[in-house]
Amino acid sequence: MARFLEKLRLQGPKVARPGNRVLSAGQTEANWTKCASCAVVLRKKNLDDNHGVCPECGHHHKITAFERLDMLSDSGSFQEWDRRLVSEDPLDFGQDYLEKLAGDRVKTGLTDAILTGRCTLDGRPMAIGIMDFRFRGGSMGSVVGEKINRLLEKALHERLPSVVVTSSGGARMQEGMLSLMQMARTSAAVRLVNEAGLPYITILTDPTTAGVAASFASLGDVILAEPKAIIGFSGARVIEQTIRQKLPEGFQTSEFYLSKGFIDRVVHRHEMRSTLSSVLGLLCGGTQGESMAKGEKA
Amino acid sequence: MSTILEVEKPLIELEAKIRELREVNLTGGVDLSAEIRQLERKAQLLKASIYDNLSGWDRVQIARHAQRPTTLDYLENIFTEFTELHGDRLLGDDPAVVAGLARLSGQACVVFGHQKGKETKENLHRNFGMPNPEGFRKACRMMRMAERFGLPIVSFIDTPGAYPGIVAEERGQFEAIASSIMLMTGIKVPIVTVVIGEGGSGGALGIAVGDKVLMLENSVYSVISPEGCATILWRDVSKARQAANSLGLTSEKLRELGLIDEILPEPVGGAHRNPGQIYTTVKQAIERNLNALKRETGESLVEGRYQKYRLMGRHREASNSELPTHP
Repeated sequence: MARFLEKLRLQGPKVARPGNRVLSAGQTEANWTKCASCAVVLRKKNLDDNHGVCPECGHHHKITAFERLDMLSDSGSFQEWDRRLVSEDPLDFGQDYLEKLAGDRVKTGLTDAILTGRCTLDGRPMAIGIMDFRFRGGSMGSVVGEKINRLLEKALHERLPSVVVTSSGGARMQEGMLSLMQMARTSAAVRLVNEAGLPYITILTDPTTAGVAASFASLGDVILAEPKAIIGFSGARVIEQTIRQKLPEGFQTSEFYLSKGFIDRVVHRHEMRSTLSSVLGLLCGGTQGESMAKGEKA
Repeated sequence: MSTILEVEKPLIELEAKIRELREVNLTGGVDLSAEIRQLERKAQLLKASIYDNLSGWDRVQIARHAQRPTTLDYLENIFTEFTELHGDRLLGDDPAVVAGLARLSGQACVVFGHQKGKETKENLHRNFGMPNPEGFRKACRMMRMAERFGLPIVSFIDTPGAYPGIVAEERGQFEAIASSIMLMTGIKVPIVTVVIGEGGSGGALGIAVGDKVLMLENSVYSVISPEGCATILWRDVSKARQAANSLGLTSEKLRELGLIDEILPEPVGGAHRNPGQIYTTVKQAIERNLNALKRETGESLVEGRYQKYRLMGRHREASNSELPTHP
């Protein structure tokens, strides 16, 4: 079957489906985009309405932190925390770096690579942090660390479950060792919510690697991941250079780590909200409905 | 690996010349002692000027020096007993991390650290000090044991980084590092960490969360190797020197940033030039810090550790004009 599909794919040109269209070469209308995986041309609006999931092949494109928030929270329930925190240039990497930070703020509407705050999901309050790859590749510097710490500390004081959606290439090199230390301080904060018996759930999206993978991302009580997200500690290029051979197909994907036992579930983006809501509800415990209460009486 | 640093060359040449003159002085019947004294003074000045002005890149070379004392050297020379313990009780034993029970001036403790080799064969066995997940999991086992028996922990840091290999990734390198870091933040016994050589990124931090983090003067501690940084930022590995000087990986810079607690002075030219001296320095520093930490309860150690790491970061509040509009 896979071979048959592969043959079809190679045969091209793409078959236009309702709502999608094949663009002729050089056509660059602002309303159209190409799937990053199967290369089919899509109406931007169709892709957006489908939360960045290609209607043809199911590829999960990266989406913004705000789009993610809309999907995972009750409309209008979000109150942002610590929006004013911004990065410094502690190692004097220079004007170029500062301009990139300022540019990313304008481009993303975010003040650093993570959006944090409080919201409800199906009426249940929670603390949420969502990383955005568009901001310096989702890299973790002091601000990401500080916001994760504040998020988890607030969750602790208000006794809220917390959810963190990751998307990051790792530590922010321009902050040198300050960024490495964010791995320690965020992990220390996760330990606090662990010990307080508060659920901490992580959702790994493409990509979640290096310093972020090796700290708060992989410490969730429950770890969910989007399909085909790249996850891992070392980058594929570095590994290939070290071992001097090509990596196997599907290496370091969510499905790979599901089979190796390092994540709990691979969840389609359209199912993420209901899965998260259910997991949170179950971890927060208590009884729901009548049957259990009746059973106890009997 | 070369055992002579680029910056040391003029000094090594001068020292050779002095030796030569001394021989002539003894055998040749000509009195050269005035010349020799003059050259010795020159050598001393040169030494000072070389080692007082070491760049980040020079430090990387010293930290990676093939003759630099390793974890096992410290275990052998400053501890009175050491029983090595093996295995992570899950899958295997990682030779890149040595661990066990040891005694320092009468005090029993748990010790673990990265282990590099001194020559090729040993380096292959030790995987150049680059741990697989089993190394971190072995360290975790030791931490839990230390806590159960109320033994302080000493960890030695000397690794280019966690091993970037297929099998390492398959067995969850990221999970092993994260779990080790988190565990270490909450262990209720004193932890003293000494960076003795290279502190390579997450592979170092995985076993380097301490109440006191000490760093040998010429050791380095970095978020990424200079080579890796140059490749990623400038797509050019030959800019490693520039990267090393930009990354702020020296003991002085890290002390200034508040990321380490203490710098341990090395013999002129580096620890390898006078190992006896560095053993004494390291021994006294560990003893002093453990003695101070011993007075605290487990709870206050963990709370203090949290507060210490909590402060590691630099951020500022944006002005109104800098705030972007919500989309």
